[in-house]
Amino acid sequence: MANATAVAQHSFVREKILLGMSWKEYLRSLLTPTNAVATFILIIGVPLLVYRFAAGLGATTNLSQSAPWGLWIGFDMMTGIVLAAGGFTIGSAVQLFGLKDYHGIERPAILTAFLGYVMAVIGLLADLGRPWNIIMALFNFGTASVLFEVAWCVMCYTTVLLLEFTVPLFEWLGWKRIHSVMKKALIALTVLSVIFSTMHQSALGSLFLLAPTKLHPLWYTPYIFVFFFVSAIIAGLNMVIFESALSHRIFQSRADHHVDVDKLTIGLGKAAAVVMFAYFFLKLQSLVDGHSWGYLATGYGAWWLVEVVGFVLLPSLVFAYGARNRKVKLIRAASVVGVLGVVLNRLNISVIAFNWNRVDRYVPSWMEIWVSITLVTIGVLAYRWIVNRMPILRGDPAFPAEH
Amino acid sequence: MKIGRRGFFKIAAVTVGAAGASAATAAAAAHGAAEDGPGVLVDTTLCVGCRACEAACAEANHLAPPPEDANVFDEKRDTHEQAFTVVNRTEKAPGVERFAKKQCMHCLAPACASACPVKAMTKSPEGPVVYNPNRCMGCRYCMIACPFDVPKYEYGSNAPRVRKCNFCAERQAKGLKPACTEVCPSGALTFGKRSELLEVAKTRIYTNPDRYLHHVYGEREAGGTSWLYITDVDLEQLAFRTDVPERPIPDLASGALSVPPFVMTLWPPLLMGIYAFSNRREEIKDAESAQGKEDHHG
Repeated sequence: MANATAVAQHSFVREKILLGMSWKEYLRSLLTPTNAVATFILIIGVPLLVYRFAAGLGATTNLSQSAPWGLWIGFDMMTGIVLAAGGFTIGSAVQLFGLKDYHGIERPAILTAFLGYVMAVIGLLADLGRPWNIIMALFNFGTASVLFEVAWCVMCYTTVLLLEFTVPLFEWLGWKRIHSVMKKALIALTVLSVIFSTMHQSALGSLFLLAPTKLHPLWYTPYIFVFFFVSAIIAGLNMVIFESALSHRIFQSRADHHVDVDKLTIGLGKAAAVVMFAYFFLKLQSLVDGHSWGYLATGYGAWWLVEVVGFVLLPSLVFAYGARNRKVKLIRAASVVGVLGVVLNRLNISVIAFNWNRVDRYVPSWMEIWVSITLVTIGVLAYRWIVNRMPILRGDPAFPAEH
Repeated sequence: MKIGRRGFFKIAAVTVGAAGASAATAAAAAHGAAEDGPGVLVDTTLCVGCRACEAACAEANHLAPPPEDANVFDEKRDTHEQAFTVVNRTEKAPGVERFAKKQCMHCLAPACASACPVKAMTKSPEGPVVYNPNRCMGCRYCMIACPFDVPKYEYGSNAPRVRKCNFCAERQAKGLKPACTEVCPSGALTFGKRSELLEVAKTRIYTNPDRYLHHVYGEREAGGTSWLYITDVDLEQLAFRTDVPERPIPDLASGALSVPPFVMTLWPPLLMGIYAFSNRREEIKDAESAQGKEDHHG
């Protein structure tokens, strides 16, 4: 009896964790060039994180009195969260709008979103000067603060994503009863995910409403929260196109071959073309509204044009062309540009065009950059670990397929 | 549960009302704050640049003593975590020097306090804008929000605090004047009720129209501040920000902050409606394709 349990235990580890290999085989399978690079990043990056908590922000970052927010807020938080917008975008398309075709890419999108948020929260903890006081947000309601709204929504939404992720997790563990409960809860969770996302994706932009004299006029607009929300949808669509192509190629053996990724990509490309084209005109609208034409002739103006024409208008036209002529590769290429465009936009607002009229400029330290790369690496490794084991790219055959 | 059309309108009306009411109270809280609280009038034409205020401030707040170097005026200094006030110098004309001390302006509707998610930065009912490190998470959003660039951070510490002038709140609670105003030998700093100081300031300008610029810095900047300045030089030359909007900074976010109640109440019925619609469409499609076959889905 005890022996039987031991065997069962053993086979659980072997089947579920080691991908059916023995320890020796498994460890040998880890010796790949990709893993070598990842290890190199982590070997330096993880001690850097420890060093940050041991020695303080001053020792690790180039933050200053005139640059209170640097790369960790501008990239890890602002960008990490917006790139995770695929979770609610595709979740609502599948669960609420009845676009069942997209079911095959819903789980990877939700997983990406969940990991993105976890990484953003770790980045945030590193950036907070007094991280142990983060629980204060639960007891002191600074309701006049947009950041309070962001804090609560991020907290709630990360929980929602975790709950959504339990569906494939329980399939993996074979816990049928609780799985069926969670699966029924998915629609309610999706509604919650849309509520929280709408609020905090836009609120991240509202944070800058208080800084009209610090954020460059080309980026400052009273409607910045609308811009952030629309660009979050753009980020969601672009990320899903990019990531579904990538993961269905890399994890071919794990993927559901019934999912016609090309067809979905064309559909998503169409949506991205429309949203990005509308966003381009919103950006023009802000230019008119803010009377900031004059700034176009300056260096910042050129940079603004790079963002708006090069990373919004151009990919939106490529998407439209690609979707019309069924050129999937072109759509995928455009999605890379689109993702970079949203990253650029967030970095512009929170770092590059912030405090633009000051002489002293913030440039991140190598340690800040390394920590950010480390967090991305951890996210990618976690994604790979989970996709290799759990029913993310295709449902578990033991569980009935989505209706 | 069936809500029905009438019920829906009721809920919508209540939501709109509640959102309006909360916006109104927020605005009232911002503006009702101590218009008649304590203030300081700085007459920069009277300042002789002795920097006694700097020394008194350092002593009262247990900070590092200010530099004694005579060259201290050679460059424009900013307040920092060990100096809550600094005096800067400019030349009005060749050989005619002007000085002004800089410190927290103690806004009537402080951007920093409205930015703080945990109420670590607050406008006290007595007037000063004070900071509580035991609540602070160290997000530094107050530094982003302050239009005067006042809050400074202890980056060198592992339990960093936001540092700035707190208007000697403890001294004021004991009935004492702020340390800097007590030591000023030249009469450049006058401590009193803000409303009265504003009158003094305007009287000085009106009775000496050639001497002063016709502007009280702090009367309207950022919706009004407790510290008021009258000068005969452009304050920008004395390292002050002159691009501060007149609107109270917290107002800038009030529109965005009124959105969440609508999202929270309107999104669920809207999304569930869309869901019900797409579900129904699906069912009809299924029923049509099933063609009489008994096929019940769980």
